[in-house]
Amino acid sequence: MMLAGILGLQYEFRWSVLWESPYGYWLLQGFKNTIVLSLLAWAIALLLGIALGLLRTAPWRLPRAIATAYVEFFRNTPLLVQLFFWYFAVPQILPAGPVRDAINSLNLDTPILTLNFEFLAALAGLGVYTSARVGETIRAGIQSIPRQQTEAALSSGLSLIQVYRHVLIPVGFRIVIPPMATEFLSIFKNSSLAVTIGFAEVTFQTQQVNSYTFKGLEAVTAATLIYLAISLTIAAFMNRMEHRYAIPGLIARGAVRE
Amino acid sequence: MDLDWTIIVRNWPVLLSGFVNTLKLAVLAIGASFLLGVVAGALRLSRSPYLHYPAAAYIEFIRGVPLIMVIFWFYFLAPILAGRPLDNFTSALIAFIVFEGAYLAEIVRAGIQSVPLGQVQAAISTGLTHPQAMRHVVLPQAILNMIPALVTRFIVLFMDTSLAYIIGYRELTRVARIIAEREFRAFEVYTFIAVVYFVCTYAMSLLARRLERRLAPA
Repeated sequence: MMLAGILGLQYEFRWSVLWESPYGYWLLQGFKNTIVLSLLAWAIALLLGIALGLLRTAPWRLPRAIATAYVEFFRNTPLLVQLFFWYFAVPQILPAGPVRDAINSLNLDTPILTLNFEFLAALAGLGVYTSARVGETIRAGIQSIPRQQTEAALSSGLSLIQVYRHVLIPVGFRIVIPPMATEFLSIFKNSSLAVTIGFAEVTFQTQQVNSYTFKGLEAVTAATLIYLAISLTIAAFMNRMEHRYAIPGLIARGAVRE
Repeated sequence: MDLDWTIIVRNWPVLLSGFVNTLKLAVLAIGASFLLGVVAGALRLSRSPYLHYPAAAYIEFIRGVPLIMVIFWFYFLAPILAGRPLDNFTSALIAFIVFEGAYLAEIVRAGIQSVPLGQVQAAISTGLTHPQAMRHVVLPQAILNMIPALVTRFIVLFMDTSLAYIIGYRELTRVARIIAEREFRAFEVYTFIAVVYFVCTYAMSLLARRLERRLAPA
């Protein structure tokens, strides 16, 4: 109200919509759903992305080509379009029958969230999109290790699998911690796109509050602060991780303390 | 599963207009946000705390929130500030400029910092003032160093313009959604626009890679 008064604006702020029942509860629910969606999608992205990244550096031509095509395609199309694809296009190509019916009517209350097709599509979209980005990060990390290390390890009698297990993965994974932290931050921000397919995360709930109260600016402010809090928390946590796992002498950011 | 790809041909003019609108938003946004990025990036490097901290706060704040939030901000705020509703193109354009400016500011900062300090000292000792040294010595080299990162950012922005969908701007994703709903042909339409986005961004990323090799310091 004060701010509006100073600027001479024609808008009556009503911040109480943020904690009044039921709107405050909606926003909290949205916050929880944002966290659950992002963390589960991150688990998928890590598993798929690590496999993709390793395959892209391996000397097997066909798996490498497939992994490269996957990564390039999903990195270079908008996440929004991918979400629409999973949510609107995939049901269209499923044959009419029990699977399609099950998907359409899925609505299962679990202790952590309501399991429905909106959630599954958001999870698939966010997980696959991020897995491509993680795959690219892992590939870059492994390839930044000097080739001579691989050659030295191979000539000392290790098998290729052993080279990956004892040389490339331990070094490469520590190198990629900073860019992976950025991807982890991004997945929370990107989860906001799930609003477009109706998954009830925090951005979706601000839209709900807006349509019930016409107080969109207050609701968006609340959501902005929630995202900012998530970002700052993760950034602080990741900074500590980066220092702890930095390879001495290799990454300037972590090694300047001596 | 019966697919009907003629849907793309039959809706060609609409899809093309969506693509043109996407390009229009992306090109205008990158141009304007580059100017904002140069200013914010340079201010962040300033020694004056009154210039440094506001620039740093703007950059870190924007980078901490999702693009959708920034779009909604201007969507809800603009009518209040302007006293009348803005059309969705203007509203989206402002949001993209403000959002992208923060990311470009970091690229500009890295670009400026990539120019060796000795160059500034040499320029100043030949009698140039600090702003002159910036304009004639540092920025020309810095901008050259930034080009690959700028192309990469443009690729991201090109994909991000799909989010203008959410406030009703008729770019490629919005028109695709309209066609898909009218014709019940989600698979064909979304596959098609995914390929369109992919061809554009992949071509640009190949270009970025070539530029990077050409511009790499020998």
